[in-house]
Amino acid sequence: MQLFLQNLINALQWGSFYALIALGYSMVYGILMLFNFAHGDIFMVGAYIGFGVATGLTALAAMGALALPNWVILVLTILISMFLTSFVGMLVERIGYRPLREAPRASAAITGLMIGIILETGNLAILGAERIRFPSLIKSTTYDLGGVFVTNKKIMIVVVSLVLMLALNEFIRRTRWGMAMRAMAFDYVVIPLMGVPLNTIASLTFALGSGLAAAAGIMFAIAYPVLDPYIGIIYGWKAFVAAILGGRGSVKGACLAGFLLGFIEIFVGAYMPSSVRDLIAYSIILLILVFRPHGFFGEPHSAKLRL
Amino acid sequence: MVENNSASPDNPPKRFLRLRQFLGDIPLLAWLFGGLISVLVEQQIGESLANLLGLPKIPVLFGFMIAMKEPLLLPGALAYVLVLYVLTIVLIGKITARPFNLMAAKMMQWPIAIPVLLHLVVLYASMHFWADISLYRELTLKLTLIAIMLTLSLNIINGYMGEFSCSHPGFMSLGAYGASAIMVLFFVNDRLFGDAILPEVLGPLFFPLALILGGIVAALGALLIAIPSFKTRGDYLAIISLAFMFIVKSLFENLQFLGGARGLKGQPDLANLPTVFIWMVICVWVINNFVRSTMGKALNAVRDDELAAEAMTVDTRRTKMVAFLFAAFWAGVAGGLFAHTVRFINPNTFGVQRLAEILAMVYFGGLNSVYGSIVGAVSLNLLGEMLRPLALFKWIIIPLLLILIMIYRPTGLVAFKEFDVRKLIQPKRKPEKEV
Repeated sequence: MQLFLQNLINALQWGSFYALIALGYSMVYGILMLFNFAHGDIFMVGAYIGFGVATGLTALAAMGALALPNWVILVLTILISMFLTSFVGMLVERIGYRPLREAPRASAAITGLMIGIILETGNLAILGAERIRFPSLIKSTTYDLGGVFVTNKKIMIVVVSLVLMLALNEFIRRTRWGMAMRAMAFDYVVIPLMGVPLNTIASLTFALGSGLAAAAGIMFAIAYPVLDPYIGIIYGWKAFVAAILGGRGSVKGACLAGFLLGFIEIFVGAYMPSSVRDLIAYSIILLILVFRPHGFFGEPHSAKLRL
Repeated sequence: MVENNSASPDNPPKRFLRLRQFLGDIPLLAWLFGGLISVLVEQQIGESLANLLGLPKIPVLFGFMIAMKEPLLLPGALAYVLVLYVLTIVLIGKITARPFNLMAAKMMQWPIAIPVLLHLVVLYASMHFWADISLYRELTLKLTLIAIMLTLSLNIINGYMGEFSCSHPGFMSLGAYGASAIMVLFFVNDRLFGDAILPEVLGPLFFPLALILGGIVAALGALLIAIPSFKTRGDYLAIISLAFMFIVKSLFENLQFLGGARGLKGQPDLANLPTVFIWMVICVWVINNFVRSTMGKALNAVRDDELAAEAMTVDTRRTKMVAFLFAAFWAGVAGGLFAHTVRFINPNTFGVQRLAEILAMVYFGGLNSVYGSIVGAVSLNLLGEMLRPLALFKWIIIPLLLILIMIYRPTGLVAFKEFDVRKLIQPKRKPEKEV
């Protein structure tokens, strides 16, 4: 039972990364009906931007120019990186997707894939192949809850993710921008005729998704403080599958499926050799998709790759 | 008739008109013959010509490699290519155009197989002598031929069927592991599989069987995807096939008797140039016939409008299934050839990177076209080899190029072009009245 609870907490932490990344995939799919294959790499870029911001801020604090406690630095890091990374997302949309709005969607998927490769390689070229250590901003303290060990980092990660998800949900449900996004998801051919600017909404969507991915990246870096340029490939593609599992375009579904994927991976890893983790995780996902082709909350689309 | 801006074959841009007129009457056989001669000439005088032009050795890949490594030698390499390939081929082609045109006209009356075989023999001979110069050339050539097979088979799904499949590396690995397991089990004294069961002499005979078996394994894998995917429409296949690719990859990582994550090595050296060439030709031939058959047309109908196709009595599900399994089979065969060319495979060979590569070749060359697949595979492979000295930047330049192509020609360079062998080998300008 203790082992189970311990793993449950680990899974919550692990799932929150996936959920945050999956949200970006899901929103873009919901609105533009295309797979943003570059999103995993935006997650990676977010983590690196977070690294840059965190190092910069701690250096400033160490020089005495900025007398701030560490947790403020952390919050600032997250916010600034989210802000910066959302521009990366908008740039990706501007370069890779907007010129292809009339083109077959498969072509847009290819440009996304290629932009992802450019981001990875660019990172390798600029920063070199060494892995980077993320500065430890908060000191790890472990609480013992009846045999189950919880670190403050884990609590922080889960809480921040949940807050971000709720904030996103509120944004989509309550604001005018959110309403425009929902309308666009309903029909991106007719709604622009009603005066809702498609390009602005698309940019907004990419910005939101990238911001969330950056948050996921930073928290990932806090939990596992070693970064390399391929984290985007490893975790991004999994989160993509999770987004689909949740139902394309469904915010609720993406969160849920992200956590589910986290649970599956952690529990498989806990009770079986870790090399079969991917095998079992993907097999379970495949099985679910066979029986629920549109995911948990997806609507049956008759969409086809336009050619 | 002369319109400046349109580039369709009927009214070409003005500036190329002279060139086209000049080269237009050279039939394919003359081109190939010119290639053969120029390669033979290279074998004889290539070394001394290279020395004359100040090159250390024969430029291996048309000077592409030199262009990036030692730019100072570039003029020499260019001159070499110009003299030895371009000039020779054009000259020989122009001189022999007349007799070969007559010959082509004559051959058009024979069964189509004979002239096609003749063309292929000349093509193979020139490739053979070209690759004779260095092992590097041979390897590059073999990998390019295999890439053509892969691209073509993915083009069936992504181009002709209009779905988006991500599982090609998976099929490839199924074929690669299937074929290698059989060959290693039977013919190689190996740590994993024990001693060879059959004498080594039988290897070349068994090799095609092993490849076909590998292809069938891949097709069976495809069946697993096809059954759930083609019940519903939409982007479903993309996701299922992606998941499938990851499943296959981690499956092979966990199968210890196939080497696990360390990979499988020691495949017998059977995938020599003629074998790969023959398989590539068979693949192009079969796939070209497939896409031009009723089934292929039905496939196009399904892509353009599934409902309408169904109303026109196309059995959409069966069509899609057959095409998908067919493509997977060829991917498997290509995988088997790949395994025996490189002679070492591990699960990581067949990951997302490979997927990006194959997709890039398909979309670069052009959807829904056999020409396109050949163009895409050859040009991206050559480009990849050329940019190899740039190391990392290779993976910035190629994606950038592809993005540009996607923006300006979203369906690829030579999309929607029919590959008609008859048109290809026919005489180029009707010779003066005879026959």
